[in-house]
Amino acid sequence: MTGISVSFGGVTALSDVSLTVEPGQVHGLIGPNGAGKTTLFNVACGLVRPTQGRIVWRGEELRRLKPKQLTRLGISRTLQGVGLFRGLTVLENVMVGAHRHAKAGFFSALFAVPTADRDEARLRARALAALDELDATAYAGRYPDSLPYPVQKRVALARALVVEPELLLLDEPASGLSEDEMHDLGDLIRALSGRMSVLLVEHHMDLVMRVCDRITVLDSGEQIAAGTPAEVQADPAVTEAYLGDEVEVGAGADGREG
Amino acid sequence: MQQFVNVTLTGLISGSVYAAFALALVLIWRSTRIVNFAQGSMAAATSFIALALIQSGWSYWLALVVALVSGFVLGAVVERVVIRPVEGGPELNAVIVTLGLFIAFQALIAIVYGSSFESFPAPFGLRGFSIGDTTIALTPNSLYVLGAVVVTMVGLIALFRFTRVGLAMRASAFGQEVARLLGVRVGRMLTLGWALAAVVGSLSGLLIAGGGLVWPAYMDALIVFGFVAAVLGGLDSPVGAVVGGLSIGLALAYVSAYIDPALVNLAALVILMVVLLVRPGGLFASSTARRA
Repeated sequence: MTGISVSFGGVTALSDVSLTVEPGQVHGLIGPNGAGKTTLFNVACGLVRPTQGRIVWRGEELRRLKPKQLTRLGISRTLQGVGLFRGLTVLENVMVGAHRHAKAGFFSALFAVPTADRDEARLRARALAALDELDATAYAGRYPDSLPYPVQKRVALARALVVEPELLLLDEPASGLSEDEMHDLGDLIRALSGRMSVLLVEHHMDLVMRVCDRITVLDSGEQIAAGTPAEVQADPAVTEAYLGDEVEVGAGADGREG
Repeated sequence: MQQFVNVTLTGLISGSVYAAFALALVLIWRSTRIVNFAQGSMAAATSFIALALIQSGWSYWLALVVALVSGFVLGAVVERVVIRPVEGGPELNAVIVTLGLFIAFQALIAIVYGSSFESFPAPFGLRGFSIGDTTIALTPNSLYVLGAVVVTMVGLIALFRFTRVGLAMRASAFGQEVARLLGVRVGRMLTLGWALAAVVGSLSGLLIAGGGLVWPAYMDALIVFGFVAAVLGGLDSPVGAVVGGLSIGLALAYVSAYIDPALVNLAALVILMVVLLVRPGGLFASSTARRA
């Protein structure tokens, strides 16, 4: 993404931000509350259209990116919070994520012809594999509301991973997790890199510093630093941005600007 | 005793049709959070298509198929053209639009077919089975009605539980934005939901018409009973719609037989009021946040 600017009715949320996620790398996006992290994230998945700037993916410019095209492009995202379907079981939730891999056409699926049945079985197997990867197989038949929050987050992650995306957008995956769980999450994200690119929005500095290859720092809609974790930590502009604006620990206070 | 059995049978049969109609309302409510007040007159329109075909010499079954297919198309077109612009907007807009459609379809039928009473044929006999020398209120046609409703229910359950499209429809119903991010074609699922609901609605219209009289407003009573059944079941729950439909059918049959046939409509409204007062979420509500 180059030169991204977004303004909402005269209020500039982002001005001239550029960010490139290298293949197989984990890219962190940090900044104080209201810095525009979520807005940039929403630009990346087509929920917010930039006023200026270009988004290039796999060498092609995405002009009118729409959310429903995301998975087809090999991009998947998790949401701040959880965003699971309440009335669907854990397995079904993940199966919806695997939706685009189905081969049978719309009407054959509707009338349950044999190809659609095989499709169904393949979807189910895929979803189970994704749950297995996140140690959530035991919850397959349960409804999300009945599960503890960290488990729900794991299921949401499984749902994002089931499509084998090339780019995974993680929106505050650590919110609401304990220290231990956060540590496991860090290991998982490291394990995912190499297999896919990850763009990570997160408040927890230690997690970001540990798992990211590169980091972009936003403040008040402007990019104030970019580089490796060590470079960013040493940058005086970053220290200043965070001075008196203690790093937020906890869930989603940042989401309101977009 | 014999009267009680007969009244119960009658109640269950008409209850199964109310259940189907309620199910159609629930289908639409779940996917778009809209109560489709036009459901009845849309069903009446397809019944009149069937009637016209039958009167011109077609067989009942062929006419049934054509009517159901036109129900599917009608439901899809109505969603795409008329409902889509008001989806997600203020609830009142959708209510006014479906009420407008209700009147428009009824008027359209009257313009095309006239507003006289026409008799609608039944595909099976209307004479009750006999046990010994007593005749009970169960006819071959009512077995057909019951069978058609059961097959429809099983088909819908299979669609929603076991197919990919059913899964995508349920996902769209529970969270449109999230479903869209996951690559589900939400708009198409909503259109399909309306189309399926219109098929089920049309079927209940055809079933209730069989062996009776039809006129442009003949579905009005069914709208009220089906709506009460859906509310009784929680408006959100397909199982609730079925149980609600059967309960309303039975309750109204008893009122009609043991109190006064003239009180049937009143009784339906009393049940509606009591449910909304005592258990506004319905008997099977999955969420307590529903606004009546």
